[in-house]
Amino acid sequence: MRVAATRLYHWVDERIPLSPLVEFAREKSVPSHRYSVFYFFGGATLFFFGLQVATGILLLLYYRPTAEAAFESVRFIMTEVSFGWLIRSIHSWSANLMVLCAFLHMATVFFMRAYRKPREMTWWTGALLLLVSMGFGFSGYLLPWNELAFFATRVGTDVARKTPLIGEFLSQFLRGGDDVTGATLTRFFGFHVAVLPMIATTLLLLHLLFIQRQGMSVPDSQTEEASRRPGTKFFPNYFLRELIGWAVALAILAALASLFPWELGRKADPFAPAPAGIKPEWYFLFMFQTLKYLPATIAGIEGEFVGLVFFGVGGLLWFFWPLIDRGSPGGKPSRLVTTVGVAALAFIGVMTLLGYIGS
Amino acid sequence: MSEDRSSRRSFVDWILGAGITGSLVSFLYPVLKFVIPPPVAEAIELNVVAATVEELPPNTAKIFKFGRRPGLIVNTPAGELRAFDAICTHLNCTVQYREDFGQIWCACHNGFYDLSGKNISGPPPRPLPRLNVAVRGNEIVVSRES
Amino acid sequence: MAWPLRFSVVVAGLLAFTVTVEGQNQRNNCIDCHRSLDDEELSQPARAAVDDVHASAGITCADCHGGNPTLEIVDEDYDPAKEPSTGFVGAPSVGDIPTFCGKCHADAAYMQRYDPNLPVDQLAQYWTSGHGKKLREGATDIAECVSCHGSHGMLAVSDPRAPVYPTKVAGTCGGCHADEEHMAPYGLPTDQMALHRESVHGRALYQDGDLSAPTCNTCHGNHGASPPGLSSVSLVCGNCHAIQRDFFTKSPHRAAFADLGEPECETCHGNHEVAPVTDELLGVAEGQICGECHFEDEEAYTIAKTLRQDIEELKARIAEARTTVEGAAVAGMEVSEAELILIDANQALVKARNTVHAVSADALREQTDTGRKLADQALEMGIAALGELQFRQKGLAVSVFFILLVVIGLYLKIQQIERPPRPTDE
Repeated sequence: MRVAATRLYHWVDERIPLSPLVEFAREKSVPSHRYSVFYFFGGATLFFFGLQVATGILLLLYYRPTAEAAFESVRFIMTEVSFGWLIRSIHSWSANLMVLCAFLHMATVFFMRAYRKPREMTWWTGALLLLVSMGFGFSGYLLPWNELAFFATRVGTDVARKTPLIGEFLSQFLRGGDDVTGATLTRFFGFHVAVLPMIATTLLLLHLLFIQRQGMSVPDSQTEEASRRPGTKFFPNYFLRELIGWAVALAILAALASLFPWELGRKADPFAPAPAGIKPEWYFLFMFQTLKYLPATIAGIEGEFVGLVFFGVGGLLWFFWPLIDRGSPGGKPSRLVTTVGVAALAFIGVMTLLGYIGS
Repeated sequence: MSEDRSSRRSFVDWILGAGITGSLVSFLYPVLKFVIPPPVAEAIELNVVAATVEELPPNTAKIFKFGRRPGLIVNTPAGELRAFDAICTHLNCTVQYREDFGQIWCACHNGFYDLSGKNISGPPPRPLPRLNVAVRGNEIVVSRES
Repeated sequence: MAWPLRFSVVVAGLLAFTVTVEGQNQRNNCIDCHRSLDDEELSQPARAAVDDVHASAGITCADCHGGNPTLEIVDEDYDPAKEPSTGFVGAPSVGDIPTFCGKCHADAAYMQRYDPNLPVDQLAQYWTSGHGKKLREGATDIAECVSCHGSHGMLAVSDPRAPVYPTKVAGTCGGCHADEEHMAPYGLPTDQMALHRESVHGRALYQDGDLSAPTCNTCHGNHGASPPGLSSVSLVCGNCHAIQRDFFTKSPHRAAFADLGEPECETCHGNHEVAPVTDELLGVAEGQICGECHFEDEEAYTIAKTLRQDIEELKARIAEARTTVEGAAVAGMEVSEAELILIDANQALVKARNTVHAVSADALREQTDTGRKLADQALEMGIAALGELQFRQKGLAVSVFFILLVVIGLYLKIQQIERPPRPTDE
């Protein structure tokens, strides 16, 4: 077995040099310091993404993206196909865990100021990846075409309509018409299985490429400890640890999928009144809840408009943060960054909580 | 002591090996079963074998399962095969074929439908929905009207 | 005569002939003259002749009223069209109208020429009716042919605009029967039309557009109209509600109602005001109908109570099964078989409601037993489906076990790799 592997290696190496890659892998090491454990979140997100691709492809074998057939095909998967219920539940849960991990990854990167020079582009590809994963979540949520999905999508795209300037266009573009219909489903399916995967793959490759070229960043406060302690070799030491993390994540996923299986729901009826307490998925909830709290008008301007502008500005600040915080002189930890980060997290956390309690 | 070491090593390897194998099997087994299509190959039951040609001479009928609803396959006195959704449009009882009348009848309130499904007597307010019939060999296959 | 003159005479004669022949069908001086009169009462019939069912069959004014339509008024004193020799009878008096119409409509041979399908017994029936009897006695504000059918401009019964079209009948009858002043001398109630409109039959007719729903003539007859006899109410209702009638006729109520002089179906369900039936009608509690005749010490009281209880229990069992099965379906479990069984259980309930008319606890129990068995079966299937969910959790626990094994193995492996090398001990 070993001999065969070696021979294969040499065969390829004679044609395309593999040795530089092998050298790189051998040398790759991860800094050890107090906050090293947070490096884990990026890999976890990647792991869940891989699971999504795999389970997604499996579901594609049976799913039908039309208003007439979508719900039935999901019912078919859940009741007739062997282990269909399992693949479906894993896909739904893993989606949520992926978005959660992406969010935590972004938060830890923020607090460790890893976005600073020379890693601004890594931050930007990462931020876009977070938006893409929320797009995956939003488009995927509609696909089972049940009551909850239909009305949540209607509410969500309604909010999009209120975006300043491009609102109407955005709404028509997303919905494929004036209202949420089979046309919306077709578009969302296209986004979910073709457009977004293509964008995500590109961004992901860039994101990973940048990381390999630049290595892991170390927070200013830990540079001393990191230089003192030997780094962890990526292969096999850090990788084994990462595998533990992934195994634990998988176990959590299995537990969720079995203890809280994803339900089929009731087929969407566009003419029925919306069920009470409709809200979007949890990662959109904080925005939704904020908009609900805003009064109808603020200083003569429509309240929701103000809210969207607020989030728009917030989003731009967040995206361009590496240009705002370029590092403090003398390597002292910047109080401002921590404060802003904590405040933002608190706001999002409280709004999400209120969104759940309120219903 | 080296045996101790190597026996410890092989113990660890054993655990790891067992764990990985067990996990892989518990992943791959469901995936493999998933990709093999189930007996009813399509989601919306487009095709159901309602009866065989032999068991349905003219002027007889049979109730069969059509997804989550009962269906009625009738061989008319003239020898033509017709299929209907068998739920009465009045109060959802299951209808039946009456050879003596040559019509479809609902026992609950004496409702009658003719052999085109039209409600002709009694309380039913709407006709019975028609279903498509095709004969495949000696099988009578019923599918939803498209 | 010179041949030009002869020729013109021939031509003139031919012209006169053509005109006469042509005008033979059209020449109706009655209409021509009456149409141009100022008097509304005299001109209306002529104008209405356009849309008239008799006129379109080629029957003219003279065919009913006599007279010669080809003749014209000479002057005020001399009207050859209405000379007695022409058979002119003019407008009949109210009491003469039935025989007037019956001149044709009771003549089978005559009616055969126009519509072999039309009955010819209307006149005979009419004389048996309440209206006919009163008319013979000399009453003049009584319904006769014209009151319901109109006279000039009469529309066929199948014409939706006709006063005797199913959706119009109640309004036509109600023209007199809902008028308090009119009915006062006869001592009849006047609320029937209003009650019928709100009843389940009225809703079916006016709101659902079901022309087969009963209106006045369906139960009372039209030409032979009289209230249905006490012994025959259930037969009348039973024309449509056959299954309930069959149960009723075999039940102890039939003889009992006859003895009491109570009008069968009407006693519990009303006649004009038949309300939509719910299970609420059944039973011995306040507002429920059985308790109005039967009292606590009677066996019938117990039976009535049991009937209601049985039905309620079956409903509850079906509801429970349905909730469980639907819950499983919403969770994504396969329960189509259970759903089919629930359809059958519901059918048993529907049939049970029919069986209530037999007022027999045993008969009903048989029906509800069937329903109960089916409901229980469906419930079992629903529970099993939900149980399958539980079973899956156990299956997943196996996976989790292996994953944890991997975690432990990896941990130990890392320990192994990173343990500081021991001093050589080979």
